[in-house]
Order: sequence, then C-alpha cells, then structure tokens
Amino acid sequence: MHAPDGFLNAATAVTTGAISAGTISAALRQARTSLQDKQVPLAGLAAAFIFAAQMFNFPVAAGTTGHLLGGALAAILLGPSVGAIVVTIVVIVQAIAFADGGLTALGYNIFNMAIVTAFGGWAAYRILRRVLPNSAAGVVAASGLAAGTSVILSSMAFSVEWLFGATAPVPFDTVFGAMVGVHLLIGVGEGVITGMAVGAVLASRPDLVYGAQDLSKDQLANRKPISTRTFLIGGIGVALLFAVVISQFAGTSPDGLERVAEDTGFAASAQGSAVADTLFSGYATEGIGNETISLAVAGASGAIITALVGYGLISAVRLRRPKVPA
Amino acid sequence: MGAGHAHALFVHEHSKIHHLAPEAKLAAGFVFVVAVAITPREAIWAFVIYWATLLAVIRIAKLRFGFVAARLSVIVPFVLFAVFLPFIASGEKVEVVGIPMSPDGLWAAWNVLAKASIGASVSIILAATTELPDIIRGMERLKVPAVMTSIASFMIRYLELIAGELGRMRVAMTSRGYDPRWLWQAKPIAASAGAMFVRSYERGERVYDAMLSRGYTGAMPDLGHRRAGRKDWLTVVAMPAVGITVALTAIGFT
Repeated sequence: MHAPDGFLNAATAVTTGAISAGTISAALRQARTSLQDKQVPLAGLAAAFIFAAQMFNFPVAAGTTGHLLGGALAAILLGPSVGAIVVTIVVIVQAIAFADGGLTALGYNIFNMAIVTAFGGWAAYRILRRVLPNSAAGVVAASGLAAGTSVILSSMAFSVEWLFGATAPVPFDTVFGAMVGVHLLIGVGEGVITGMAVGAVLASRPDLVYGAQDLSKDQLANRKPISTRTFLIGGIGVALLFAVVISQFAGTSPDGLERVAEDTGFAASAQGSAVADTLFSGYATEGIGNETISLAVAGASGAIITALVGYGLISAVRLRRPKVPA
Repeated sequence: MGAGHAHALFVHEHSKIHHLAPEAKLAAGFVFVVAVAITPREAIWAFVIYWATLLAVIRIAKLRFGFVAARLSVIVPFVLFAVFLPFIASGEKVEVVGIPMSPDGLWAAWNVLAKASIGASVSIILAATTELPDIIRGMERLKVPAVMTSIASFMIRYLELIAGELGRMRVAMTSRGYDPRWLWQAKPIAASAGAMFVRSYERGERVYDAMLSRGYTGAMPDLGHRRAGRKDWLTVVAMPAVGITVALTAIGFT
C-alpha cells in the first residue's frame, strides 16, 4: 500500500499531510514521558523490528503469501503513540531511502499505514479487551482481531481518500470493493500472525507487552491455549461484522429503488471482488442509485475510521502510565 | 557479522552529487518532486524536461542508467494498476486497435506512471549517492524533530542486524523442512516474530546501558560533519529551479 507520487491529487496529499503531521506531533508530545532518552534506543530497535517484520511473508493459501504491516502489532507492544511514531519513521525511511512510496504521497501513506493502523487498531484492541476474558488468551485473541480490523480500516481509509482525491475516473465503489475485498484476506493473515506473535512475547516477557500491563500475574498465567482455527473463525467473524455494519449504513438510504441497487450492486461489489482473483473484476458501475450508496458507504467508512482513530487517540492520552517498566 | 557497512542501495563513487551536503540534496529532491506532482498531466513536454533533468543528474552522479531502471521495479504494483485504468475507468470510450478504452483512464494511467517513476527515481538517486546515516543527518538539519531522527538512526543502525537474524531464522526453519502453504501453518513465523521482538527489545536495553556507560546524555555528539554551505545550495538549486519553472509554465498553459 505504499502509494507512489501522483496517485492521489495534490489537495488530498496536502490535507492528509496536515492531518498526519498534526497527529504525529500530538503522539510525540504524548509519548514524551515514555520516550525519554532510555526509550529512544528501544524505539529505534522496535522500528528496526517493524521494518524487518514487514519482511515476514506469511502463507495465505495455496502457496501465495502476504506480508505483515505491523501497525497494530506496534501499538499493542509499544503503546499506540510510540507505535504510530515508530511505523511513521519506517514509512518515511522507506520513501526516502528505498523509493518505496512517494515523497509527496507521505501524507496519505503515513495516515493509512501508521496512524489508522496504530490508533484504529489500538481502539479495536481496547474495545475487544472489554468483551474478551481478562487473561493471556484474551489478550492474544484481542490482538489478533484488532490487527485484522486495522488492516481493513486502512484499506477503507484509502478508499475514502480515493473518493476525494481520485486521479482516475474509477468509481469509489469499485475501489472500495477491490481494496476492502483484498484486504479482508490480508487482514486475516495479519490477525493470525499478530495474535500469535503477541502470544509469543507474552510467554517470555509479558512485561514488554504494553497492551497487557493491566493483567496481574495470575491472569497472565491463565494460558488456555487458543487454536489457530478459533482465530480464523474470529477473523472471519470480524470481517462479516464489517460487511454487516457497512451494508446497514448503506441500507439507511430511504427509498426502495436504492434497496434494489444495494441488494444487487453493493452485494455484487462486496462478493465479486473478494472472491475474484483479478483485482478489478467487471463490476457494473452504472447501477441505479449507486452514487447515493457510494456516499453512504464512504460516509460510514469515514465515520468508523474517525470514531476508532479518535477513540484510540483519546485512550492513548488517558492511559498514561507511570512508565513502561524495562 | 558479515554485513557490509553501506546499505545495499548506496553506490560508492566520487561524484559532485555524492559530495554534496545531505540536507541540500534532500531539500532539492523534495521540492523537485512536489513540482512534478503539481504539474498538470496534459503538459507532456514538462515531463520530458523532468526526465531529461533526471538523466543529467544520473550522469553527473556517475550512476548507471540500468541501475536506476532496475530499482524502479518497486513501483510495479502501481504500474499494473495504471495499466488496468484505461479499461475500468468510466466515461466515454474510444477504440484503440479495436479495444474500447476510456481517454480519461488513459490520461490517468499516464499521470500515475509519469509522476511515480520520476518520484521514485529521485529517491533512488538520493539513496544511491547518500549513505543512510547522512540522510538522517540531513533530515535533522532540516528540522525534523530530534526524537524522530534519533529513533530513525537507531533503526538504520540495527536494521541489517535484525534482518540478518530474521534471515538466519528462516534458513533454520527451511532447512528443517518448513514450507508452509496455508495460513494455519504460520505459527512458526509468528513465534519467530515474537522472539525477534523480545531479542530486539533486550538488545535495545543493552545498547542503552552501553551508551550510558560511555557518557550518553540524551543527544548524540556532532562529529563535525560538513554542513551545507553556500556552494552546496548553489549547486543544488538548479534542480528545483527547473522543476518549479516548468511546473508553473505548465500550469499557466493549461
């Protein structure tokens, strides 16, 4: 998802650039307490870890692989603010030194890959932790599901930016269907790997998991094994939840004509692209009332992203801990 | 630790561009890419001038054209997307060799290809003529927050080490017959990611202790690396000047 220069228009680049700069400077202020000189080498090593983690290719199916994005993993291990800063640095260095992503695309690349994944993933993690049991297994499950969610959020954020800053006349719903469809699959992989990686850290150094600092020793010792299958089912559950929530929002458009379009058009876009192996399957763009539904979907995505990222930011500020024990 | 001391993308050479101060190169490259990004796509001549400028810079930097071209493969996924654009874009269609294409889509594809290739080339030239620690030093002097640059410099310092560790883990797994095809076989990968995080973190703690014992007070000492002087800025100003002039002319014409 490292978009190159000229992929979205200048206004979008400037706007997302401003949002990213603002959020990251807020994160820097917030993290100042934890990023004292001691934490700087640690954060640097963590950044190197995230950089290397993006080289982790995990199998998806039949020998194809995806790679880790790591935003949610960074947020859960290091806390959302430090996590977002670390991933931002990775994205910047990739753009400048490795030509991976454009320099003028840094605004939206940082927003999609660092801010949305770290803060959105953190918010999902906090919410899931309330539902899941207060134990090591609960932390692992919440991490996995939150990481999957963060990837989908990221693809939704990109689609919304496309709505505002498209440089090509490809309709929003085509992009949305393709992006979210493909990232549902990647998200499942991200979730599985993140959950198990957090589990591995919890097993050896539970004190290093920022997101599990509220657990007592007894709760940590409660390690009922969670099978991979549970994760898969959970991941698919989250994916379905997203589909349902979005289609519900889309369904709020009042008249029956649009319902028809929703039933045909939207469902087709959601399923067709998730299943089809071509990135842009021939989904009809001229469905009735498509525009209204596109806007509803875009609005819903925007609302979800804003709500989760906002919640992540607020809980990052509120959850100021004395200091991360080393 | 058989790793080299320069990153893979750096090309050791003694050229005018290699010897420029990093902050001047960074600033010039950035302004140039911004100018390219705001150039209207209809002004094809403008992009020809940009490419010519880049070729000249590659020449002066004593880089091989093939090296830059090969490195451009990072933008391939987006090239594929651009190739699809003329077929999936909405709007009126024109027949090109019997295939219906959208002219808007063709323009969009051209836009992405031209701008992405120029932007990526600038980064490639920058990385090929500047060592990574110098790039970070340049960012520091361009007033990027010190926390970010110091984290970035630690990251770069240890990246190769950690990537090497990852490589060894992978070799170890592969030589024991690990060849996952499906997602539910991914547990060893996750376990090595977790192990790598713990190792990285603990290494960070040791590094910090080692630095403290050598008198670290929270800032790295300036080892007297050369700053950009007037000569650097004068040399470097040609590139953004071309970019801005061409971009403004192109905007004026369309």
